[in-house]
Amino acid sequence: MIVLLAIFFPFFMAFFVPFLYKRIHSKHIGWFVLLVPILLFILLASFVPSVAGGAHYTYTVQWIDSAGINFTTNLDGLSMIFGLLITGVGSLVILYSIYYLSEREALGRFYVYLLMFMGAMLGVVFSDNVMVLYVFWELTSISSFLLIAFWYHRKQSRYGAKKSMLITVSGGVAMLAGFLMLHTLTGTFSLREIVDEVGNLDKTDPLFYMAMILILLGAFTKSAQFPFHIWLPDAMEAPTPVSAYLHSATMVKAGIYLVARFTPIFGGETVWFYSVTCVGIFTLFWGSFNAVRQTDLKALLAYSTISQLGLIMSLLGIGSMAVSDSNESNVLIFTAATFAGLFHLINHSTFKGALFMVVGIVDHELGTRDIRRLGGLMSFMPLTFTVALIGSFSMAGLPPFNGFLSKEMFFEAVVQLSRLDLVSNGALRILIPVVAWVASVFTFIYSMIIVFKTFLGMPQSERVDKEAHEPPIGMLVAPFVLSFLVIGIFIFPNGIGRYLLTPAMTAVFPMHRDLKGLVPHISAWHGVNPQLLMTVGVIVAGSLLYISLKKWKKVYALGPLRWNLDSIYNFVLTKTESGSNMLTGRYMTGYLRDYFVYIFSFFIAVAVGGLFWIGNLEIDLSKDAAVTVNEYIIIAVMMLAGLSILVAKSRKTAILLNGVLGYSIAILFVVLRAPDLALTQIVVETVTTVLFLLCFYFLPEWKREDTKRSTKLVNGFIAVAVGSIVTILALMVQGNKLFTSISFYFEDAYRLAGGKNIVNTILGDFRAFDTMLEVVVLFIAGIGVFSLIKLKAKKGEKDIGNQ
Amino acid sequence: METLITLLVGVLVTIAVYLLLSKNMIRVILGTAILSHAIHLLILTMGGLKKGGVPLIQGESGSYTDALPQALILTAIVISFAVTAFLLVLAYRTYKETGSDNLDALRGVNDE
Repeated sequence: MIVLLAIFFPFFMAFFVPFLYKRIHSKHIGWFVLLVPILLFILLASFVPSVAGGAHYTYTVQWIDSAGINFTTNLDGLSMIFGLLITGVGSLVILYSIYYLSEREALGRFYVYLLMFMGAMLGVVFSDNVMVLYVFWELTSISSFLLIAFWYHRKQSRYGAKKSMLITVSGGVAMLAGFLMLHTLTGTFSLREIVDEVGNLDKTDPLFYMAMILILLGAFTKSAQFPFHIWLPDAMEAPTPVSAYLHSATMVKAGIYLVARFTPIFGGETVWFYSVTCVGIFTLFWGSFNAVRQTDLKALLAYSTISQLGLIMSLLGIGSMAVSDSNESNVLIFTAATFAGLFHLINHSTFKGALFMVVGIVDHELGTRDIRRLGGLMSFMPLTFTVALIGSFSMAGLPPFNGFLSKEMFFEAVVQLSRLDLVSNGALRILIPVVAWVASVFTFIYSMIIVFKTFLGMPQSERVDKEAHEPPIGMLVAPFVLSFLVIGIFIFPNGIGRYLLTPAMTAVFPMHRDLKGLVPHISAWHGVNPQLLMTVGVIVAGSLLYISLKKWKKVYALGPLRWNLDSIYNFVLTKTESGSNMLTGRYMTGYLRDYFVYIFSFFIAVAVGGLFWIGNLEIDLSKDAAVTVNEYIIIAVMMLAGLSILVAKSRKTAILLNGVLGYSIAILFVVLRAPDLALTQIVVETVTTVLFLLCFYFLPEWKREDTKRSTKLVNGFIAVAVGSIVTILALMVQGNKLFTSISFYFEDAYRLAGGKNIVNTILGDFRAFDTMLEVVVLFIAGIGVFSLIKLKAKKGEKDIGNQ
Repeated sequence: METLITLLVGVLVTIAVYLLLSKNMIRVILGTAILSHAIHLLILTMGGLKKGGVPLIQGESGSYTDALPQALILTAIVISFAVTAFLLVLAYRTYKETGSDNLDALRGVNDE
């Protein structure tokens, strides 16, 4: 129940922000918003002890029960970690934004989006029903879109927003399809029930693999895994607090959450293992490799985030094998990998959040984040430098920071993996540790770049617009809290292990709930072992490469490396746009005739196709009433009159022939026992003819149509086809009455409606509503006629219309 | 009788469709008018023709021809009249604004 309220609390508060912002038009509105995540954080934290004790809380609100969609919240160890990250980092980010954003910005809008995101993200991690999860998932994409485009007057912001939206939402739709397939297989939308059901699943079913791949697509696009990572660097156009919050600490981790959440379902499958691990490892490498060449600090951090997400992803991939393995020592190796992944998830949020805030400070104080224009800031901003140092060294995997611990565990996982014979492919066995090591070397290099290129070296005051100095103290609070965490976690890692990671591990591996050693003891010193040697190797190689950076940087200019996914994305986007424009332009010609041709051709195709489909062209003429000679004459006259309209030389002839048609119909109505119709028809026909003639006074005499002969032939063919189909269908219908007539009901008109004229009682009593609406139509037509005749467009308005 | 009227309907529909496909505004409007004539006859035919007396209650008993289609047609006649009138005025206004009654020459604005 409380969890449910927690999801909606941010939305609820977001509703009040605009009203409040009208009153308090200053940056202090942020303090009000800050209450939300702090309250939620305290609330969630109060659950930590009981969740650590193995409890989980579910609460269901019946919603669309018949479709199996209910609003079920689920608070367990895994969602607890994410919930704390969302609210904890959220508090710090909002505190930071109060000082970061100037009062000139549209702060009301900003905080509404931010709260909306917070609620949506909490919804993603606390929803048990996958359909509800999907809705919140897309809502995070939408709020991310709005936040990236916060400075919407900048072209790059709009581009980045569109790109992130397109990629993450299409991944989300793929994921939705995956969820539906899982529903087909298991018959439920509830995650907990799917996990319970998974033992009975037929895992050879192709649907199972399809669902797996589609759900992975959702996770990979959201978590910016290769080759979908291209949206993240462009998302850096968002204000820096947003980048720190959405694009490094929370939203991009939703994919990680999804993979962890689905590990009990798909874990143990080799397809899942290989795709998650390999995509993760390659993303780790590609991100770190590309981060080194960035000159914009935020772009560098974006690539580093991509790379770190890849690292966590690969660890979860390795860990997933624990689900199916029966050998206990193997299981422990795998679970240790997942453990390292979740641990690094927390660590990454702390040091990366701090680094983003540092970059924001530099940008804020100096007006640039281009490392070519920065340098020597250490003496001007020593406090900021300290945070940057702690964050970067932690990212590089150096002691005494938390990044060292999780990096060591990562190395241990890949080393252990290469020793197992499970990785059947021999090359892969060697490749994974090697790529992991190389990627870590690059990670080391870019971490050094952040610290040394920005804060050491010669100050380049001539290249920046503002004088460097420390930011206001409020801006430093949040990064300092994060860097204290970075060191604190290094010193007391097992507190986190005990209270946060243990329940999360049991949530990911419910089958190994009672396994001893599911949660390893974290310690900084293991003695000299391969992973320590790997770390030393990283430091040595990284330092050498960092010093010689200038010499080998030319590598990035090599042909194949310039080939990049962005250009493919742009190419596809512009081509689709111009392609669809061309296609639409081809058939939306703007000629009335063409549209009529489409409509009638479709009608012909459907009707003829339908007739062939049924195949039973039964026409029964036996019930026909008799025809008298007079009737033959009337009908012959009508046909002749109609056909003559087609060849009429003048419009007056045509309209008079139309009159002949109309009056003949009136006579037919008399013959066919419909006196009311005959009367109405005569009146209406007279008025219509007069109207036509009146109109002719203003319109030019019609000229001979200069239509091409072939066009005329086509028109004629279509007309004859439509006419014959109508005739055939009508004849078929008359012969085959499916239902009995309901009209006898109206024959009791005198008793029911007090009228002797049945037609009149139908119009005025039985179906009076119809008649009323008919009058409304007449009324609307009357207004239309009046305004078309009387009103004149003003000169100015006309010009606007033509622009 | 039904077959004959249905054939008439077919001929009228053919004529109406041919007129609808032409370029001249008046011809198109004429086409809609003829199409409504045809459809009125079609609806009437569907109810069966000459199956009883005029639907006016006179005595205690008696069989009447189907009144429901007649009521529907009555509505339809009025509405088709409204539509025709509106189209005619639209044609008048269009001609005044653009100086053309040729639909091909009235191809939207180019910048849409």
